[in-house]
Amino acid sequence: MKLDFSQVTAFLLTDRQSDRVVPPTGFTAWLTLFSAAVMAFLAVFALALSLATGRLADRWGNELARTATVRISAPEGQMDAQTAAALRLLETTVGVERARALTDEEQAALLAPWFGPDLPIEDLPIPRLIEVIETGDGFDADGLRLRLSAEVPGAMLDDHTRWRQPLVRAASRLRLLGWISMILIGGAVGAMITLAANAALAANSQVISVLRLVGAQDVYIARAFVRRFTLRALGGACVGVVLGCGAILLLPRAQIEGGFLTGLGFQGWHWIWPLIIPPLAAGVAFAATRLAAHRSLKELP
Amino acid sequence: MWPLGHLGAESDKGAAVIELENVAYSYGGGELLADVSLSLSPGSFHFLTGPSGSGKTTLLKLCYGALVPTAGQVRLFGQERREMERDDIAMVRRRIGVVHQDCQFLDHLTVSENIALPLAVSGRDLLAEDANLRELTGWVGLKERANALPPELSGGERQRAALARAVIMSPDVVLADEPTGNVDWEMSQRLLRLLIELNRMGKTILIATHDLALIRAAKTHVQARVLRIASRKLQLAGADL
Repeated sequence: MKLDFSQVTAFLLTDRQSDRVVPPTGFTAWLTLFSAAVMAFLAVFALALSLATGRLADRWGNELARTATVRISAPEGQMDAQTAAALRLLETTVGVERARALTDEEQAALLAPWFGPDLPIEDLPIPRLIEVIETGDGFDADGLRLRLSAEVPGAMLDDHTRWRQPLVRAASRLRLLGWISMILIGGAVGAMITLAANAALAANSQVISVLRLVGAQDVYIARAFVRRFTLRALGGACVGVVLGCGAILLLPRAQIEGGFLTGLGFQGWHWIWPLIIPPLAAGVAFAATRLAAHRSLKELP
Repeated sequence: MWPLGHLGAESDKGAAVIELENVAYSYGGGELLADVSLSLSPGSFHFLTGPSGSGKTTLLKLCYGALVPTAGQVRLFGQERREMERDDIAMVRRRIGVVHQDCQFLDHLTVSENIALPLAVSGRDLLAEDANLRELTGWVGLKERANALPPELSGGERQRAALARAVIMSPDVVLADEPTGNVDWEMSQRLLRLLIELNRMGKTILIATHDLALIRAAKTHVQARVLRIASRKLQLAGADL
């Protein structure tokens, strides 16, 4: 749909006269503003949730999909030999870009969040981990498992799909829920504005009948209400978005250790997204009031 | 004097501005009007009388398109009422000034803004019409009350404000429903003079009233026809009034 901006600005700026024919209402105006602000505030969070879980699903789906781990559990004396055997085997496997055994320090760093930094890890029988980076095409996990079990009895291949797939599914579902929330919030704004507009139309039936008597067309009468509710929704949504973004900025930063959970919030150009909430709210209010006004005017003589 | 004459009465002479043909109207159960025919030619002056509840207000509403007849045909400026859309009605209202018995205003706007309301809703430039508005406000004697709010006005002032609002668009027709209902004799004479003056400028006037003294007073100044509603029918009253 093409939008004529000169008409929009004329509608917003120069039509004060038609606005004046409907008496001002203090209390209900504030209620509409408040509801619009609350809805916009919630919409900011639904949006942040959708975008954050989207990032999460992408990360788990793409980056982790290209890595796998081989775990070597062997008696003390055989550990190095089996690790070397596994590495040799991996180097000759089609689909493996590179394989690398983690050092003791790296393994200690991985375990530190669970065991604390002071535990003497080197005294524990900890399996050796080999990080496997796949090529774009990936490797045949079942084939690799067979070869490993034949040549390196203590090796265990974990290609992450077991725990990655449910996480990606959950993240995608969460993202879907976020978008559904956005749609529901939009619907609730529409319903709320429709109710408010209907109440305003009913309360001003005498005004409407006077306007009809002196030759006002429906579009003129409707405009007075439409303009009013559109501006209220726009104003309320602006306030709600500012507060919502402020709250998101004040969220504590996610720790490096919890980094795989990604921060809830907006990153980079995603900060543009909340800015579309006020115009969207105004658009919903415009359509809802217009529909309500024309419907109720049709029932009047 | 307020120069409306050059603007009005441009409708084709001879063709009726409002025409009712065998019109009937019934509210729910009972029939209020039956077989009513009426033709208002441009520049004519009519009174409409009849007992309370006989259907004077209903007949006026049929004349400005607020009601659709249950039978027969109503033509407003040649347009058949049944074929008119809501916007057509709105456009016709700009050519028909209506003064209601209980004049309703927008109570949050000043008298002057209320009088100018028809200009505003039809998208006229209010600044350009300002001189016109002042002159009209003076003509109905509300110059001092121009910035008052409608609830502060007396009955007579309300009637005059309603008349001013009805004629600001320089309509072809003025329909008045008991315009002197709530005012004293002197004020009713003033209102009548205003209506007679509008008629001299070429406007078609139809006044519903049960005030026979008012009709007699008018007849000394203007060639007025008197219509009477009796037992659901519209008759031309004799000259014996």
